[in-house]
Amino acid sequence: MKFDFRHSMSVAALVCAGLATATTADAKTFKWANSGDVSSMDPYARQETFLLTFTANIYEGLVRRDKALKLEPALAVKWGQTDKNTWFFDLRQGVKFTDGTPFTADDVVFSLNRANGPGSNMGSNFASVKEIKKVSDFRVEVTTKYPDPLLADKWAALGMMSKAWAEKNNAVNSADMTKNEENYSTRNAMGTGPFMLKERKAGEKTILVPNPGWWDKPTHNLTEVIFTPVANPATRVAALKAGDIDMMYEVPPADTETLKKEANIKVLEGPETRVVYLGMDQERDELLESNIKGKNPFKDKRVREAFHRSVDVEAIKRTVMRGQSFPTDLMVAPGINGYMKELDKRPALLKPEEAKKLLAAAGYPNGFEVGMDCPNDRYVNDEKICQAVVAMLAKIGVKVNLRAQTRNLYFAKILRKADGKPGETSFYMLGWSPAQTYDVHNVFEALIQTPNAASKKGMFNAGGYSNPALDKLADALEQETDKAKRNEMIKQATKLYVDDYAYIPLHQQAVVWAARKNIELVQPADNTFPLRFVTVK
Amino acid sequence: MWADTDVKAWLARAADSDVWWSFKSSTLTIVAAGATLLIIAIALLSPLLAPHTPFDPATLSLSDGLKPPVFWSADGDWTFPLGTDDQGRDVLSSIMYGTRLSLLVGFASVVVAMVLGITLGLLSGYLGGMLDAVIMRVADVQLTFPAILVALLIDGVVRGLISVQRHDEIAIYVIVGAIGLSFWVQYARTVRSSVLVEKNKEYVQAARVIGLSPLLIMVRHVLPNVTGPVLVIATLNLGLAIISEATLSFLGVGLPSTEPSLGTLIRLGNEVLQSGDWWITVFPGATLAALVLAVNLLGDWLRDALNPKLR
Repeated sequence: MKFDFRHSMSVAALVCAGLATATTADAKTFKWANSGDVSSMDPYARQETFLLTFTANIYEGLVRRDKALKLEPALAVKWGQTDKNTWFFDLRQGVKFTDGTPFTADDVVFSLNRANGPGSNMGSNFASVKEIKKVSDFRVEVTTKYPDPLLADKWAALGMMSKAWAEKNNAVNSADMTKNEENYSTRNAMGTGPFMLKERKAGEKTILVPNPGWWDKPTHNLTEVIFTPVANPATRVAALKAGDIDMMYEVPPADTETLKKEANIKVLEGPETRVVYLGMDQERDELLESNIKGKNPFKDKRVREAFHRSVDVEAIKRTVMRGQSFPTDLMVAPGINGYMKELDKRPALLKPEEAKKLLAAAGYPNGFEVGMDCPNDRYVNDEKICQAVVAMLAKIGVKVNLRAQTRNLYFAKILRKADGKPGETSFYMLGWSPAQTYDVHNVFEALIQTPNAASKKGMFNAGGYSNPALDKLADALEQETDKAKRNEMIKQATKLYVDDYAYIPLHQQAVVWAARKNIELVQPADNTFPLRFVTVK
Repeated sequence: MWADTDVKAWLARAADSDVWWSFKSSTLTIVAAGATLLIIAIALLSPLLAPHTPFDPATLSLSDGLKPPVFWSADGDWTFPLGTDDQGRDVLSSIMYGTRLSLLVGFASVVVAMVLGITLGLLSGYLGGMLDAVIMRVADVQLTFPAILVALLIDGVVRGLISVQRHDEIAIYVIVGAIGLSFWVQYARTVRSSVLVEKNKEYVQAARVIGLSPLLIMVRHVLPNVTGPVLVIATLNLGLAIISEATLSFLGVGLPSTEPSLGTLIRLGNEVLQSGDWWITVFPGATLAALVLAVNLLGDWLRDALNPKLR
């Protein structure tokens, strides 16, 4: 018999075509990309927006935020305060983890203690907490050391884990990423959320599929979600144009305009509540990376002022950010409660010789050398901003040795250690959004107050800036209920850190996403990206 | 020292030689040689010629950022004839300094490969036996991998062993070593086969009879007679080495952006290519293409000129 090659090929082609149309008809695969990978699958591994928003698709909180960022019931159906120091959470009944075990108060107590325990990076959300206890299978009560009206807001970002699953897999504690530790929960995940982890290849791709037994009615229509990190911005843009990905999270500013001209692509833009800033080590007596020995130049306010007033944020906005940033002098963005518009004025730029005079007065007439840490895949154009800062400081005689690296290595290096030691950096870039509470107190508590491992204040104050007067004000305003009085305190505290040149705030970046036209999604101002709001047409 | 008459005699011999004749009669070769010399001269003199010192941060200003080339748009600025990148670095000066680094890495890695290859080839061909077998099998194994893969492997291992900061400092040595190690095989095999032919000739036997040491025979008597083919390979490999360096740097595993070679410049420019700032990547790319083309043409010519069978 003669084998009819051409015939069999066309049959094969037909079968393939049939299969292809069959799969595209009902399968809604959503492919998206970011410049870097999710650092871990553990929801407490790092208090970083991208990690939290990614894991939130798998692990749900007691409460969650709707499209307008308002709190709504999730694993708790009801919550509130019975008295000023007691919170209660009534849990949803009949919820099952995706491995089939029921969700109960034991899991909540376990999860909250795990998030507040060793290795976890979420401890700063527990500064006010005294005790967490199970009242019944479906009620948990929390007593606080002082009234904390924002507890539920803070905890909206905390995903609930299964006690049995963590115990079985030896992941009772979170792996400490500041020490590059790993455990089962770093690469595996199992929660109650709208999606389940199907495949995880760190640095390569992560695949999620819908949870068929989810308690809520899905608003998305996805059957599979494929997330890939694509480091090169040009490759990411090309992939979106070619349809290899459906959505890119954070578009490089240089490409926003060209993408807007594409017929099949829509660009979503909005200001972000995150402030990108530079921090300096003001804690150590000698900088880790500097040629100055025996003293720390950043302890001198004149040095910080020279730095601050030599960084030209407007120039960064014009070229590096291509107009897509909002320069600021404060550590909070407009839209956050406690943003003081009248104080948001950057001091005038210094001429290089004026800045050099300040450095000379501080005892560094010839400038000095200092190492700088910067991520290269976390914030919009992060490395390029740092390069620009290096050039600006070179003009005042400071030689900055820039080290830009991927977010995982970078965060592990610069963040404060779990044991309270300062970050291993002398000069660094970081971004912060008080996305838990949308209140300035979160910024004071996490970034500006004196670091204290016991009270869990200043846990992200990597450089250890410390001003006792500000500490006092921040503690007081946490409990102040009189709005006028509270605003006055915020104003005073804001003045203190601005006058101290505690940090060098740069700007709020614009959040720019791009997606294919057939994708419907919601872009919240906190740059979170809940997959449950995504539909593919 | 050479006497004047020696020089004259040598020049007269050179002018009368087949090689010179074949050079003179090929316009393409003359152009290629001219272009190579010009690029090398500009690269070597870049600290004097370049209008800016693009990698001294103190001289950069963001306000000069993203200027287009002068002939392209009215926004251009004659201080930056080929435009600037987003940090305000002059593209022309970056290319000059980058070419210097590319050539440096190219020459250095060819020297590394040549020294290693000639040594192993001489030993292997002259001594023979077990040593010969081992060296040639290693060479065979390495030949099964593309050179760029070997270079990536070496670079990857070094990266795994040392910190990011330290790696940036020694990046240039790592890349020279990586490229050098990935190109030694051709030299070794060529030298070995020439040595096998030469070592049975009368002059070598004579040297052996009067009791010279093997080392002396290899270096003084055999080596000078195998340099012709080695020179050809070296010239052809120079182009390859420059391309390899550019490839590695383009992939982000070569020279860091604080010390960019042509490949690094192309990578940096490529990131913004989609947004219309083509000059940041196209000019370094064109320079690289011109350089490698010129060097390869020279290498081709040299191969033909030195090969008596082609005449």
